[in-house]
Amino acid sequence: MTTTTDLVSYEDALASYDPVMGLEVHVELGTKTKMFCGCSTALGADPNTQTCPVCLGLPGALPVVNATGVESAIKIGLALNCEIAEWCRFARKNYFYPDMPKNFQTSQYDEPIAFDGYLDVQLEDGEVFRVEIERAHMEEDTGKSTHVGGATGRIHGASHSLLDYNRAGIPLIEIVTKPIVGAGERAPEVAKAYVRELRELIRALGVSEARMEMGQMRCDVNLSLMPKGADTFGTRSETKNVNSLRSVERAARFEIQRHAAVLSSGGTIVQETRHFHEDTGSTTSGRVKEEAEDYRYFPEPDLVPVAPAREWVEELRAGLPELPLVRRNRLREEWGISATDMQAILNAGALDLIVATIDAGADAASARKWWMGELARSANESGKALDELAITPAQVARVTELVAKGDLNDKLARQVIEGVLAGEGTPDEVVEKRGLKVVSDEGALTAAVDEAIAGNPAVADKIRGGKVAAAGALVGAVMKATRGQADAARVKELILQKLGVEG
Amino acid sequence: MPGITREEVAHLARLARLELKPEELDHFAGQLDDIIGAVARVSEVADQDVPPTSHPLPLTNVMRADEVRPSLTPEQALSGAPAQEQQRFKVPQILGEE
Repeated sequence: MTTTTDLVSYEDALASYDPVMGLEVHVELGTKTKMFCGCSTALGADPNTQTCPVCLGLPGALPVVNATGVESAIKIGLALNCEIAEWCRFARKNYFYPDMPKNFQTSQYDEPIAFDGYLDVQLEDGEVFRVEIERAHMEEDTGKSTHVGGATGRIHGASHSLLDYNRAGIPLIEIVTKPIVGAGERAPEVAKAYVRELRELIRALGVSEARMEMGQMRCDVNLSLMPKGADTFGTRSETKNVNSLRSVERAARFEIQRHAAVLSSGGTIVQETRHFHEDTGSTTSGRVKEEAEDYRYFPEPDLVPVAPAREWVEELRAGLPELPLVRRNRLREEWGISATDMQAILNAGALDLIVATIDAGADAASARKWWMGELARSANESGKALDELAITPAQVARVTELVAKGDLNDKLARQVIEGVLAGEGTPDEVVEKRGLKVVSDEGALTAAVDEAIAGNPAVADKIRGGKVAAAGALVGAVMKATRGQADAARVKELILQKLGVEG
Repeated sequence: MPGITREEVAHLARLARLELKPEELDHFAGQLDDIIGAVARVSEVADQDVPPTSHPLPLTNVMRADEVRPSLTPEQALSGAPAQEQQRFKVPQILGEE
C-alpha cells in the first residue's frame, strides 16, 4: 500500500468512544448438492463441470429447493435460539456482476427462515457475553472469478475475467447479529469469540465443516463508533471477507483505531466497504456506498413458499446435539479445571481428542496430561495439528492403562508414545520391541536399592534422621541403575523400609 | 394518485443498466404511470385482510432430496458463451483502471 492510514492508539480510541459492531457470517452448507439443483458441491472439480440449466440461469429452468438445505437452516436457527418462521419465501436480489449468471442471487429478504435469537460466547477469561441474533436466512453462493491481465490477479487493471460456476448455487446460510453494544474495549475479542463459537456450533450440528481457510465460513465486520455515553450509532464501515478468527479480531481493532482517528480530528466516516489485508492487519477502502443499495428485491416466483411444519421443527429441536458451550462447561465441571485450562485445551484443538481418549478407557486427568503435555509438544515441534499426529485416542488410552497397571512408569510411557508417533506400531508392540517394562522383580529392585544406600551413606543418614524428602536422591540413583524401568513409588517405599522410616 | 416522476424512471433505468434518452424518460414516465394506476385499482377492493399474492397456486414446501443429478458437460455449459478461455466463461473487464 502506498497510502498510510492515520490511527490513534487503541487505548485512546476506547477512552473517547464506544464501538458498535454487527457481524455477518456466511456458512457454506455441507450438502451433497446445490441449493436449487442437483449439481454436486464437491470441491476441486474442473471448472464448469458442476453446472446445469438451473444454476446457469438458462431460460425455462425451474429451481427446486434442497430439503437438506432447509433442514440445516432450521437446525442452525434452533441452535441460535431463534424463532423459526411458520411461512417464508425466497427473494431475488438483483445486481449486475458476472459472478451470478442469472443476474440475481436467490436469497431471502424480509422473511428469513430464522430470526430473533442469541448466542452466548465465552471470552478467554471465562466471561460470557450474549450476542443477539437478528436473523439467519437461506441463499446461494456465487461463482468464482479469476481476473486476468492485471497485476497479481487483482480486479483493478485486469483486462478481462474468467468465470467458473461450479460454486454458483452452493447453499449458504447468512447469519446476522443485532448491533453488538456494550462490549467496550473487549469488542474485538467478542467478535473473535462469536465467530469461533458459531464455528463450533455449526460443526457440532454437522451441517458444515465450517473451515474458514477453505472459504466455508466467511465473516463481514461492520463497525462504528459513538462518543462515550451517546446512544446514536455512528456511520459504519463494512470490512468484507475476513477469513480467520485472528483476522476478525485484528480487523475490528484496526477499524476502531481508524474511526477514532478520523472522528477525533473532526472528520466524518464514509459509509463504504473495506478490504482486510492479512499481511499488514490493516483495511483499505473498497466500494463507496453513496446511496442505499437498491437490489430491487422481489419474491422469487419460481420457488414456492417454505412453511416448516411445527412437528418437523420440534423433531429437529429434540434431535439437536449438546451445544458446544454447554458441553464445555459440563466437561470443565466434571474434570474440575479452570476456565483458563479449558481455553488452553480449546486453543490446542485437544478437546475432542481428550474426550475420545476418556471414552476409550483413560481417566480424565491422564488423558488431559498426555494430550496437553507430551503430545502437544510433539505436535508443536513437527508443526502439525494434534489430530494429525500418528497416534489415536485409543492408543493414548492404552498407554494410560499400562501406567495405571504399573507396567509402565511415566518415563517409559513417554518412550512408548514416541515409538507410536515414529510408526513403530501399537503401544503394546512398542513395549515389546523396545523391551520397555517396569522392573517389578523385587529381588533386582532390592539389590539396586541396597547398592544406592551403600553408595550414598550421607543421604541415607539424613533419611534415617527423618528427612524423608532426601529419599528423592536415592530414588534417582535406583532409576538410573535400572535405566528408568523401575516403579518410582515402589522404589521409594523400599528405601524408606530399609532405612526404618515410615513414609 | 401522484404520478411517477422522470427522476424515478431515470433511477430505475440506471439500476437496470438501460441507457434512456431524455425524451424516453418522459415517454416511459407516462406509460409507467398508466400501468401503476391500472394495477393500483386492485387496492380499492383488496383491504388489509387480503394478503398480497406472490404465487398464484396454493403450494408450499416443494422440495427435493439432496441427491446428485448429472450436470452438463463443460462443452454444453459453455456452448452459449460469447467467449471462453481455460474452460471458463470469459467476460469483459469488470472495473476500469483506477
